[in-house]
Amino acid sequence: MTEMMLREAIAQTLHDEMLRDSNVVVLGEDIVGGMGTEGGPESTGGIWGTSGGLFDKFGPNRVIDTPISESAIVGAAAGLALSGKRPVAEIMFADFVGVCLDQLWNQLAKFRYMFGGKTTCPAVIRMSYGAGLNAAAQHSQSVYSLLTALPGLKVVMPTTPADAKGLLTTAIRGSDPVIFMEHKALYAVRGEVPEGEYMIPFGQARQVRAGRDVTIVACGLMVSVAEAAAAGLEAEGIGCNVIDLRTTSPIDEDAILDSLEITGRLVVVDESPPRCSLATDIAGLASQHAFSSLKAPIQLVTAPHTPVPFARELEREYLPSADKVQAAVRAVMAYK
Amino acid sequence: MQLDRERLLRAYKNMKIIRMFEERLHEEIKTGEIAGFTHLYAGQEAVAVGVCELLDDEDKIVSTHRGHGHCLAKGCDVIGMMKEIYGRADGLCKGKGGSMHIADIEKGMLGANGIVGAGAPIAVGAAMSAKLDGRGKVSIAFSGDGACNQGTTFEAMNMAVVTKVPAIFVFENNKYSENTGVDYAVGTASDIAGRAEGFGMKVWRANGSDFFDVYNTMLDLLDYVRAGHGPAAIEFDTERFFGHFEGDPQKYRGDGELARIRDQRDPLKQFRLKAVELDKIDLSDLDKIDEDVAALIEAAVTQARAADAPSPEDVLTDVYVSY
Ligand SMILES: Cc1ncc(C[n+]2csc(CCOP(=O)(O)OP(=O)(O)O)c2C)c(N)n1
Ligand SMILES: [Mg+2]
Repeated sequence: MTEMMLREAIAQTLHDEMLRDSNVVVLGEDIVGGMGTEGGPESTGGIWGTSGGLFDKFGPNRVIDTPISESAIVGAAAGLALSGKRPVAEIMFADFVGVCLDQLWNQLAKFRYMFGGKTTCPAVIRMSYGAGLNAAAQHSQSVYSLLTALPGLKVVMPTTPADAKGLLTTAIRGSDPVIFMEHKALYAVRGEVPEGEYMIPFGQARQVRAGRDVTIVACGLMVSVAEAAAAGLEAEGIGCNVIDLRTTSPIDEDAILDSLEITGRLVVVDESPPRCSLATDIAGLASQHAFSSLKAPIQLVTAPHTPVPFARELEREYLPSADKVQAAVRAVMAYK
Repeated sequence: MQLDRERLLRAYKNMKIIRMFEERLHEEIKTGEIAGFTHLYAGQEAVAVGVCELLDDEDKIVSTHRGHGHCLAKGCDVIGMMKEIYGRADGLCKGKGGSMHIADIEKGMLGANGIVGAGAPIAVGAAMSAKLDGRGKVSIAFSGDGACNQGTTFEAMNMAVVTKVPAIFVFENNKYSENTGVDYAVGTASDIAGRAEGFGMKVWRANGSDFFDVYNTMLDLLDYVRAGHGPAAIEFDTERFFGHFEGDPQKYRGDGELARIRDQRDPLKQFRLKAVELDKIDLSDLDKIDEDVAALIEAAVTQARAADAPSPEDVLTDVYVSY
């Protein structure tokens, strides 16, 4: 085990996978940093600190710094994947999915199906997402609910450095398109990372905390919010089973349903707006398959049906918080 | 429109407002009071002011993530803007937008924009509207050397040409998109105007550090567009004096590069030299403006710091007109 930040775990995994397989190619805006400047390539090493050193080691054919052209980045990833390579493309902010949605949705996600299973499409599209940095309406969104709804894409959200390594390795070595979502507020989170080969299968949630009273399902940054809420509730004698989904497509239905059999009470914490969201998706799952276990109406703690506001006071109100999660847990506990 | 004394003084004042606004933000951001990402416009003042000096409130502009200069030049309220950047309830956009989303529709300022390349198509729509209204108004898309690589910008240029609308594509080539140099990212040997020409537009080029060159070239360009010849494009050679965003260590710059451009390519310094040569104004006039602007910026910061934060329930307002 080595302690490192989540961003370092990503950089290291990209490096290790490029070393292992010469078909792995990375591309994106400013991933080298300093191309065409006096400071020179690698003078900056990527906006998120997730790609430093790759260019010097693997060269310009495998580490491709692109102009600002998200449609062409994702389209090129699709073309690379159809040509036998394993691209890992970076979209600097998940919000820019708006610029390249066609290439993600109508191209990359559908090739295998439309072509009757004739091809694989092993592309990983990494993107930073999420609110909490006052980056306002076009640099803060949690696009995962939207992307989870698209057949053909897998959607992955690491919350720890170890999971970042295990999930990214699985994404790169797999044969399907994967959206790999990195919460901006988690890049500097530190944790132990296993050395050597480490893969985490998709569709396998992580139990963050055990408890028998309430099931709290979360993903991404919301896992730490759920965890903080649960820690406080334990002092009141309420035991929460906190589940980190890790991947929202595929989703670990068993982890949720098994837990509900024990607790009978469900709180979902979701950073995206509430309509047609991950939260409603999980509520649908529970009411369809765990109806007889449920002891209380499901509580959804989500962002409101609004864009992400700028001002600190507004963004704080926008985001699900430990207080809101605790209130939801108390509500399901109080239900008679 | 001749550059008479009044116009010259106003242009200098507007450039000075932008400069001092940005320099002050550069300092205030270090205190941690201002949240979010801020991209400063200092160094490019002659472009925003030289262009907007020739527009009225009915002419439209669409701006970028580096929008403060465009907003100020187009007449957005200095104090309202400062309050917005501080995220205050009575900021220009009620604290909902912040630095990257300042807009003032009544001033013809259709928004700064956090999505690189999003502005040009919107400017084409505004140009269609201007053509429909038939009053000789124009619509301007400000874009950077980075934004010129976005497909949306290409589509907008072609659509403006084929619909023959009064859209003007202003490219501010400050040599960088974030950490990447224009020589690397723009395939046409850094020639952005040439690319626009390829779309079938008449194009101009000018020195974006020189207000007089910007103004005079725009006079010519605007005559052409207002006369109904369709869209046009112009590329300005300009410089950004601060990092891409506040906090950028700028390791991509060469040794002494910042000092050199601040010395040789400063629009305010160049204006002072030329304006005095013209014999219409004295340096003392400009010094007086400097003092007034310093007081204005001081007042803006003081008022912004003292202003109320939005209340949490405001999160829910302004999504729809009715729902
Ligand atoms: C669609 C999109 N892609 C990427 C970004 C991130 N980004 C913000 S500004 C910028 C560079 C823009 O360069 P340029 O157009 O030259 O404008 P400048 O910053 O020089 O004013 C980038 C890559 C973004 N905001 N939107
Ligand atoms: Mg630029």
